[in-house]
Amino acid sequence: MTLVWLIVILLAGGTAAAIAARWSATLCRAIALLATLVDLALALFLWAQNNSAALDVPWLPQFGIHFHLSVDGLSLLLLLLTFFLGAIAVVISWTEITEAVGFFHLNLLWTLAGIAGVFLAADLFLFYFAWELMLVPMYFLIAVWGHENRAYAAVKFFLFTQLSGLLMLVAILALYFVHHSATGVYTFDYRALLGTPLAPQTSPGTAAPLTAITPHTEMWLMLGFFIAFAVKMPVVPLHTWLPDAHTEAPTAGSVVLAGLMLKTGAYGMLRFVLPLFPNAARAFAPVAMALGAAGILYGAVLAFAQTDLKRLVAYTSVSHLGFVLLGTFAGNTLAMQGALVTILCHGISTGALFALAGVLQQRIHSRELSRMGGLWTAAPRLSGAALFFVLASIGLPGLGDFVGEFLVLLGVYRVNVPLAVIAAIGVLAATFYGLRLVQRAFYGPNTHDWRFRDLVPHEGLVLGVMAVTLLWLGLYPQPVIRTFQPALNRLLAEVTTK
Amino acid sequence: MTAADFTALLPLEIVAFTAIVVLIAIAVRRSHVATMLLTIAGLAAAFASLWFAPTRGVTLLLVIDGYALFYLGLVLAASIAFTLLAYDYFARRYGAREELYVLMLIATLGACVLISSSHLLTLFLGLELLSVSLYGMIAYLRTEPLSVEAGLKYLVLAAVASAFLLFGIALLYAALGTMELPRLAAILSSGSDFDRLLALPGIALLITGLGFKLAVVPFHLWTPDVYEGAPAPVTAYIATVSKGAVFALLLRYFHDSKVLVIPSVFLVFSVIALASMLAGNLLALLQRNIKRMLAYSSIAHLGYILVAFEAGGNLGAEAVTFYLAAYFVTTLGAFGVVSVLSGPDRETVMIEEYRGLFWRRPLVAAIFTAMLLSLAGIPLTAGFIAKFYVVAAGASAAMWALVIVLVVTSGIGLYYYLRVILAMYARPEEVPAAEPRLHPAARLLLAALSVLLVWIGILPGALLRWVHGAITGLS
Repeated sequence: MTLVWLIVILLAGGTAAAIAARWSATLCRAIALLATLVDLALALFLWAQNNSAALDVPWLPQFGIHFHLSVDGLSLLLLLLTFFLGAIAVVISWTEITEAVGFFHLNLLWTLAGIAGVFLAADLFLFYFAWELMLVPMYFLIAVWGHENRAYAAVKFFLFTQLSGLLMLVAILALYFVHHSATGVYTFDYRALLGTPLAPQTSPGTAAPLTAITPHTEMWLMLGFFIAFAVKMPVVPLHTWLPDAHTEAPTAGSVVLAGLMLKTGAYGMLRFVLPLFPNAARAFAPVAMALGAAGILYGAVLAFAQTDLKRLVAYTSVSHLGFVLLGTFAGNTLAMQGALVTILCHGISTGALFALAGVLQQRIHSRELSRMGGLWTAAPRLSGAALFFVLASIGLPGLGDFVGEFLVLLGVYRVNVPLAVIAAIGVLAATFYGLRLVQRAFYGPNTHDWRFRDLVPHEGLVLGVMAVTLLWLGLYPQPVIRTFQPALNRLLAEVTTK
Repeated sequence: MTAADFTALLPLEIVAFTAIVVLIAIAVRRSHVATMLLTIAGLAAAFASLWFAPTRGVTLLLVIDGYALFYLGLVLAASIAFTLLAYDYFARRYGAREELYVLMLIATLGACVLISSSHLLTLFLGLELLSVSLYGMIAYLRTEPLSVEAGLKYLVLAAVASAFLLFGIALLYAALGTMELPRLAAILSSGSDFDRLLALPGIALLITGLGFKLAVVPFHLWTPDVYEGAPAPVTAYIATVSKGAVFALLLRYFHDSKVLVIPSVFLVFSVIALASMLAGNLLALLQRNIKRMLAYSSIAHLGYILVAFEAGGNLGAEAVTFYLAAYFVTTLGAFGVVSVLSGPDRETVMIEEYRGLFWRRPLVAAIFTAMLLSLAGIPLTAGFIAKFYVVAAGASAAMWALVIVLVVTSGIGLYYYLRVILAMYARPEEVPAAEPRLHPAARLLLAALSVLLVWIGILPGALLRWVHGAITGLS
């Protein structure tokens, strides 16, 4: 039952916050914060218990749809990240959001509920339901509280994700009917669909047995899922919504987008694309890995060319998620461990960078690097924090991101040396955009004569907690790896035995 | 006819009786409230009688079965919703308002006849009852040129469509020698020897006549003008009751028979579905008038429904029925918002007029948002489950081309729904003045529709069971 509470608390908390805002904005914020913290505590409790809870009640039995939630190491870590960043998003918008405070927190918490639903769902219909559910509130976050070009960014975000989501719906339904024709059972249950018989890769001429998915169908179905997740992740040719959405969203929106929403795409690849369609995924792996490597370089090069602080950080996300894609499809334990650690650490480091960009924008009303310069003299604490998170983001050893990227490189090197080399060049390129950012914004003379308040306590606290977490993940990631290892082993077994 | 026949026809009789009572009441004394209350009482009584009506064929002309009862319930509920909307809408306007309810009751009677028709004669009778009353309802605002123009347009085109229909009926009768719909369907699907040269054109003309009512491409040209010109509640009525009743009839005789298996008929429906989805969604993109936008969007939605219709079988029929039910709720809600926001002398229809609505009337804006999201098929709303059902039906029949077009065009559709939503949430320059509260009738209706929308969206189990029951009650 704990699992359903994770979602219900967010939904109810959002509604309560929206109602409370009629009397007091502070009360509304406090309720929202409380809801995320309670969820965080619940998730930590689940972690400490180390049990894999599940909940399964019929929802629409006519279709074989169940309200089936389950959690394993993989989803548990992502849930922890969700509630952690959720609480941070509430705190970081404490002073930023002043208009329609209640509606803002409603949307924020409902987005988080959708994301939590995605990580918890063990029924493909429920998964799609949650997948779509997180879009609408996020759309409102961008469209109502975003920056100058918010309307364009919001619509683009919605169209990209919704259209690709519909493709996934078609693929889910096709899988549903194929499963029925192979086994005679109508079900959307993840575990049951994992057991859908797949025909082995047959040489042309020998007909596959009729009771199994042919490799041809498997490839099409896999692509339906892959495209939906690739848009979310984003994978390079499908990434164009991301810079706009991340740049125009309010701070909390950017944190949730970069820290969590992109991760739902990566999670989908790991949870669905690989185990449901192992043969097709293996056949497609070289293409996917090449796309990942291309993303690493492309993101880095574009990040280097940006003058808008948030846009720059947005492109670094494209680059980092390239590592995740590369690691996911490399097909060995090391690379997958790396992908997972990158997922977690990128969420925190990039979330922190967006938070800092938001803090800066609130102070100097600009995101342009050319309007900054020499900020260190004006706000040493803020600048120091920025340096720390930039270094984390470009993979300084000792911080979390380094562990992830290193493991990915190690794993990929075993499979494909050229791609590992390209990815390593990407790591190098990261230092260029990272150091350029720090140099332009914080070092040098304070030419614009900026004077503003340094980090206030609640901002400092949030960033401090994030910094400590990154250090912990960088120095001693073992507890995290131990948590997701069983899930990873099961996944690898699914992929290799079929 | 026996006593049981009369009991079976109770819903239809009550509606007809109510029309007469209301007419007499108006003659005695004009009172808007009393007329509205009488109308609602009559419709509610007809609705309640659905639980007592035995299911049986009534002569050769009509049949009351589980399927008919479901659609009768849908149509009667929509008529009640219309009455509430119309009361709120016309309470702000001058002039004689009471006759509208009489016209509506007659139109509803026509829709009920269509739903339970089992003979080409009752088909035509029901259709004409519906059409003729609609002429009056559309042109009810006699002082407004747009309204009169829309009424005339509908009159001319509907008359032509009826002529096509009559000719089709004649051809079918000549070819097959019967006007009983079940026998027609049986002969057509048995594959036995009949005069295809007469029968196929007959079916084509029948589809033309019904297609006009459904406003599917290429019979859609009247839709935007009539939707725009008619008073907003009447537009809601045309979009729901009129289309729903005609589709109920189409589905009854096409879904199970093998008529759809005839390649040319299947092709015709495929082309109509494709063209409706494409033209509806693409043309809606160009509109700045919300009623016209919803008109094109309704064309597209009928295209989606046709995909499920063509998938056939019980799954297809259930998908169509479920989609129609969800569409009724959503469309009544969307036009309901347009209707309650309209002023005493003109309607609020341009997108610019909705700019910043959220900051003036947060609840109405939220309801409109929910309705638009439901039309776009977003989770937590009825539209999502409905779209899921339709795509499932299409996928089960492996009609991939139609399903992919459905998916892509509904992606296009999102764009224009989002445009309205964006406008509603745009921050105004200065804080707007508070607007007067809505009429209780309007508030009650919009609240009920919103609750229904979310309820069907989250727990559609009950509706699914009813729909399933209705479809099994068919054969």
